[in-house]
Amino acid sequence: MSDFNSIADRAAAATPPAIARKVRGLSDRAIAWLFIAPTIVLLLAINIFPLIWTVYLSFTNYASNRPNRPVVNVGLKWYQDILGSPEIWASMQATAHFVFWTILLQTVIGFGLAYLIDRKFRGHAFWTTVILIPMMLSPAVVGNFWKFLYQPQIGLFNYIVSFFTGIPPSSFEMLGSVTLAPWAIIIVDTWMWTPYVMLICLAGLRSIPDYIHEAAEVDRASRWRQFWSITLPMALPFIMLAVLFRGIENFKMFDMVMLLTGGGPGSTTELASIALKRQAFEAYRTGYSSAFAIILFVVVFGLANVYVKALNKVKQR
Amino acid sequence: MKKLLAGASALAAAIALTPISDAQADELTLCWAAWDPANALVELSKDFTAQTGTQMKFEFVPWPNFADRMLNELNSGGKLCDLLIGDSQWIGGSAENGYYVKLNDFFDKEGISMDDFAPATVYAYSTWPKGTPNYWALPAMGDANGWFYRKDWFENPDLMAEYKSKYGRDLAPPKTWAELKDTAEFFQGRQIDGKTVYGAAIFTERASEGITMGATSALYPYGFKYENTPGKYDMEGAVNSADAVAGLEMYKEIYKCCTPPGYTDSYMGEGLDAFKSGQVAMMMNWFAFMPGMAKDENVGSKTGFFVNPGAKIEASTLGGQGISVVANTDNMDGALAYIKWFAQPDVQKKWWSLGGYACHNAVLNDPGFKDSQPFAAQFLEAMNGVQDFWQEPAYAQLLQAMQKRLHDYVVADTGTAKEALDGLIQDWTAIFEEEGKL
Repeated sequence: MSDFNSIADRAAAATPPAIARKVRGLSDRAIAWLFIAPTIVLLLAINIFPLIWTVYLSFTNYASNRPNRPVVNVGLKWYQDILGSPEIWASMQATAHFVFWTILLQTVIGFGLAYLIDRKFRGHAFWTTVILIPMMLSPAVVGNFWKFLYQPQIGLFNYIVSFFTGIPPSSFEMLGSVTLAPWAIIIVDTWMWTPYVMLICLAGLRSIPDYIHEAAEVDRASRWRQFWSITLPMALPFIMLAVLFRGIENFKMFDMVMLLTGGGPGSTTELASIALKRQAFEAYRTGYSSAFAIILFVVVFGLANVYVKALNKVKQR
Repeated sequence: MKKLLAGASALAAAIALTPISDAQADELTLCWAAWDPANALVELSKDFTAQTGTQMKFEFVPWPNFADRMLNELNSGGKLCDLLIGDSQWIGGSAENGYYVKLNDFFDKEGISMDDFAPATVYAYSTWPKGTPNYWALPAMGDANGWFYRKDWFENPDLMAEYKSKYGRDLAPPKTWAELKDTAEFFQGRQIDGKTVYGAAIFTERASEGITMGATSALYPYGFKYENTPGKYDMEGAVNSADAVAGLEMYKEIYKCCTPPGYTDSYMGEGLDAFKSGQVAMMMNWFAFMPGMAKDENVGSKTGFFVNPGAKIEASTLGGQGISVVANTDNMDGALAYIKWFAQPDVQKKWWSLGGYACHNAVLNDPGFKDSQPFAAQFLEAMNGVQDFWQEPAYAQLLQAMQKRLHDYVVADTGTAKEALDGLIQDWTAIFEEEGKL
């Protein structure tokens, strides 16, 4: 047994003799490093290095379409320009509007659906599957077919609204109106991702032991009281987790909105990620867009950290 | 077993030792946008393969992604394309960054003269700095923004009589933007063949270049200029002149009064769909689509064509491209051989007959040219008055700024035309300052 005391010995026992001799000479710590080294190298190559490089580029005038232009250090110019740019602030406001309303609607509807699905009824497995279908689709597909649904002349959406309200279907444009377009993208994202929130909430509801509700019923607590005092508080960490995931995802929302509106009409739905893409890959302002990316990264990272701390506090209660 | 191993080793060695360059020398990749003329070029290039034995590969990218895809390819030093039919606006950046091969020496050696090509196309598609005898491309595909109209509706006796009584002139392809607006309003919301039809399909696309190409078709005739003095970047009073403001207001009026519902982000494809499905009486689109439209089995015989209407002057927005050799190619000789072959008058004549817009004088000055196609005369007229967007190395930034300002004003209904153009000067000034040109 003494031969198998260390990880190195165990690894050596399972390897050919020539390699085993070398392995035996290594400490446990060295072996551990050997195993995690490929992951660390990969992480450094595709995550850390690009991040450091982006920080460096954000202080230069580098433009990827101008390889022959001398790269000059511009200091904090891009950061100042971005923070003072009305266009960037407009895109941040559009993003905040989108993130706030999608999270609110998805959480309320998602939790409501989870609450209903949690009660066993005939065909509930079938309906659960049906509800989950939208989140299984590709955002590109969703963007394209909702574009057709919103088409004022042939789109089903306008006809449904017309059926219920009597407004002529061709009289309003969900994607072409400055007022309606921000809501059009919220509707689509809510349609697509509410099932995801529902799944997480469902996991939260199913994690509540039955005996707690049974004890409450013995104490003659009303359903309403049980909901506020047991169900909601115990599911809250899960709801907060769903909010965190959806918040981060929607803060960097790009594909679906790009396909639906392209950021228009005008710049009404130009979310931060779309504005960033335009600067980076259409205007080729690499330095400027690197600074913008760093600012977005800091915002998401900061907000997520604050949120995770709040989540941990809720879990400890 | 030994024999098998020996055989496999020999085969592997043969594959490994086969010179890669030989395989590449017999193959050329030509990159362009995916549209009707590209199919004609595939057909035309079969002659090149037959004559030289060089196999042609094609990389065609849909228009909305064409600039993104190809400029990223050039910027990253990719080797996808040996030949590139790139947009005219790319020429400044591609020349200055060394992405295209300068063709002067090659033209001199092979006896290819730029005097054999229409001057407007040489200026727009080949030269950088603009107008100097420094050639980075051979004019390949002449193009301008023009108009398509429903001839059968325009020739309907009832509609003709109603139009005449309303406007006091014949219902005919409009000659001015004011007439265009009247005609579009006349058709807007009208019932024809049991369907509601609309006045005009114009460009409103936001993401790439659509609304800029559309709105400049109104701006140029009204007198919009990029600079007061060419090369000085003095834009105040040119970009935002009273004429330019009037042109932009006219474009917005037509967008507001006379486009189909939901026409907020539309470019070539959406326009073609609207026209072919009988939704609109008139459609703005590139001449490049006219050969295909004329042959369309549903609307081809009912379609007429007219040149972009004038206002203060006659002018059209330039489209079209030159063909360039990508400096990064591994097959320089093959790529140059293709250019030499393509420049021949006979090849240019066949190019036109297949649906490509040749720019060679042998084609354009042919006495039979004007009658060779129902849009040939209009093409010549348009090419005499073409104007192009900035061809500066910073063109992508300049274009994005204009896309945003125009879409904000025309589609999102934000601010006034003057404010949009004033804002555009601010954006462009900042870009040129960053470029060190101001």
